[in-house]
Amino acid sequence: MNSDLVLRFGAGAKVFVVSLFAIVLSLIVFGIFVVLSGVNPLDVYRLMYVGAFGSWFSWQNTLLRSAPLLLTALCTALPAQMGMVIIGGEGAFVLGGLAAAAAGLLLSDMSVPALIVQGAMAIAGMCAGGAVIASAGALRHLRGVNETISSLLLSYICIAVLNQMVEGPMRDPTSLNKPSTRALPDWAMLGNIPGMDIHVGLIFGLLFCLATYMLMFHTTFGFAARMVGGNVRAARMAGLPVGRLILIVTFLGGAAAGLGGMVEVAAVQGRANATIASGYGLTGILVAFLARQNPLIVIPVAILLGGIDASGGLLQRRLDMPDASVVVLQGIIFVILLASESVQEGINLPGWFRGIKPRSSAVAVAEGAE
Amino acid sequence: MTSSLMHEPVPPQKAVKLEVVDMGKRFGGIAALAGVSMRVEAGSVHALLGENGAGKSTLVKCIMGFYTPDTGAVMVNDKEVETDNPRQAHMLGIGMVYQHFTLVPSMTVLENLVMGRSHVPALIDWKKERADLSNFVNSMPFSVPLDLPVASLAAGEKQKAEILKQLYLNVRLLILDEPTSVLTPQEADEILGLVRGMAHAGDITVLIITHKFREVLAYADEVSVLRRGQYVGGGKVADLTVDAMARMMIGEREIAPAAARTEQAPGAICLQVRGLTADDENGDAAVNGVDLDVAAGEIVGIAGVSGNGQSELVEVLAGQRPPTGGAIMVRGDAYHATRTEMLRHKLALLPEEPLHNACVGRMSVAENMAFRNFDQPPFSKGVWLSKSRMRAEARGLIERYRVKTSSPDAAIATLSGGNVQRAVLARELGGDVDVLIAANPVFGLDFAAVADIHGQIVEARNRGAAVLLVSEDLDELLELSDRILVMFDGKIVYETPIAQADRTNIGRSMAGH
Repeated sequence: MNSDLVLRFGAGAKVFVVSLFAIVLSLIVFGIFVVLSGVNPLDVYRLMYVGAFGSWFSWQNTLLRSAPLLLTALCTALPAQMGMVIIGGEGAFVLGGLAAAAAGLLLSDMSVPALIVQGAMAIAGMCAGGAVIASAGALRHLRGVNETISSLLLSYICIAVLNQMVEGPMRDPTSLNKPSTRALPDWAMLGNIPGMDIHVGLIFGLLFCLATYMLMFHTTFGFAARMVGGNVRAARMAGLPVGRLILIVTFLGGAAAGLGGMVEVAAVQGRANATIASGYGLTGILVAFLARQNPLIVIPVAILLGGIDASGGLLQRRLDMPDASVVVLQGIIFVILLASESVQEGINLPGWFRGIKPRSSAVAVAEGAE
Repeated sequence: MTSSLMHEPVPPQKAVKLEVVDMGKRFGGIAALAGVSMRVEAGSVHALLGENGAGKSTLVKCIMGFYTPDTGAVMVNDKEVETDNPRQAHMLGIGMVYQHFTLVPSMTVLENLVMGRSHVPALIDWKKERADLSNFVNSMPFSVPLDLPVASLAAGEKQKAEILKQLYLNVRLLILDEPTSVLTPQEADEILGLVRGMAHAGDITVLIITHKFREVLAYADEVSVLRRGQYVGGGKVADLTVDAMARMMIGEREIAPAAARTEQAPGAICLQVRGLTADDENGDAAVNGVDLDVAAGEIVGIAGVSGNGQSELVEVLAGQRPPTGGAIMVRGDAYHATRTEMLRHKLALLPEEPLHNACVGRMSVAENMAFRNFDQPPFSKGVWLSKSRMRAEARGLIERYRVKTSSPDAAIATLSGGNVQRAVLARELGGDVDVLIAANPVFGLDFAAVADIHGQIVEARNRGAAVLLVSEDLDELLELSDRILVMFDGKIVYETPIAQADRTNIGRSMAGH
């Protein structure tokens, strides 16, 4: 029994060590980049820590930024459990935001209770986002279209639809410089978590991650989905309804990102405009890969990436570095992470990490065979 | 480049003698070859016999220069030679025909042969090449149509073209890797007879890798037997018996006796297939209206050369391929390979290449063993999964079916082929089975595992299961089946009860006559 624990723990430990190594190496490479632009990297690291996790104020800032990442990361992580690489989170996020704004504006005009307006916005956002990613799943299942390409292209369509709507039929005539929809009334907006300066979107994200983790790893549905993801031929041989599983899981992934868009509209912007396509969907891809597509590990990783994002402002104010410097760091992490994944097989960690071959039970089983 | 060309030896013109001295090769901690020495006389047919994993392929790959051996040397005509890569081996007159065809299917035989030369001029005078080649072919004891695309040739012709290509490239030591696995018995006899004729005429030396005693007895002059990377015996075939060779191959291990079939009359029809059609990957018809019945308590064997629709038929039954027409019924109920139907009719499947067809490599052994019933109690409570129950159940199956694994939590891809197969067997046959569909269930396994799995299949039949056994190995079918059908070109073309089964008739039907 004990040896099994070592085996299970060992695999996880290896992934953790490799990911940590990727982040540390990225920080070093980023440090070189910083030196080249004439700044002391140690100052940068210190300020990044201060800006992300140094005070309650920066923690709140970090958590605010990680809330949408929790949701957009699931858009990649959930389909990944079925062996699909989906990178269309940005599109689902944007369309979810637009649909939520439409539903919110429609219902708030009819003066129904705030909770119903918000519920309808969430449902509209999730359905819109879910439909986008599920259509990539359907194309893959029915027509063999590569889901990575199709989800990326669908993203562009979603952003185009957003622009078309806010500049056309849904435009508020008073929004001159930046075409937008009308603003939601204040009473219909999502509030903050009591006692904090953080909107309830963070709770949505945390709950979504926990629930989908339970779904994928502790229910029969998740087991079936992971069978499809691991080997679709084996899943078919077990008689599983492959198409239905693909549609449901891709819908769930898209729904998570769509809910993220709804939060962006209902808690942050108050209206839909081009600002909601600001890259949360793309950073979500990075979060999902760094979390090894595990919905539970998405939580700490999203907070880490949210922190990196939050520290950008401080770097700009104190060191006069461009706000986007931290995006460079994100890019470096992504590249190094992908590279480290391919060399992971060849890396040998010290014995106590690797989960030394559980000799006792191996020998016992082997002897039983003789 | 030019300097190396100048040192290249001139290929020999007659059959060569090959000697391997103390050849050793390790992969990681495993010794694939441990000091193997053997001699192949010029102008002889030499069989290299051994179970899977005995080191046969490693040995010839060292000779061909695909692997660099750790110890030992290769001697050709009593001179030590270096074969660091296959090109050097070719220059020494050593060539190999692989188990799977390597000619380009869309090119003609002529084009394949000319392009296969090591030095092809930038501009080819096809007229001259064609004339040269037909002269060459006329001097050979057999011929193949030069101007047909390889894809349109039958398997036996393709094999001949492969051999012709090696001879055209001036090969004097021909290594054949399991040459008959894709041929009908007649084609196999013809080809082995031809190469033996050329060897005895002193033109070539032949080294055949095989595990079929029949071929060794009928065609080889001498034999070398490998076991676990070591040379364990050999000599003139005339001096050896099958028993002696088998004992060398498998050592002193006890092999389970052939499964005892109880005499029983077949019961009611259990599995019915009517007018079934299905397409292959390219959308071409692969199964062209198959009708068959399997009764409870009988094993129906399907013979056929690979590529005649058998794998598509199995895939349809397994739910891995949609049929384009026809019907499948299990005990009179329509069957569409859904999970509910499989559970209700206690259907089990042993597909070929189990890791590819029936397992999720990165999931654990315990999880893989639960594929059939993870959504049934006790593994599930409502929607929730009980991993501890899964693990506990797997421990029992691992012990009962002697699956060698470090733990039920080890990823199944880390197990050896035979153990993956046992794990799948445990899952599929661990519970009650009413219908069993098996496709090449022992492909690539060693003796002990083969006997074990055959025993399990017969036992399922004795308990009253309807068994459909698809195999490319006629001996396996003759040993296990109650009835044999032959599939050719997507149709069942021949049927015989086992009592009247005759190798020649079956072989002829396999070739479509």
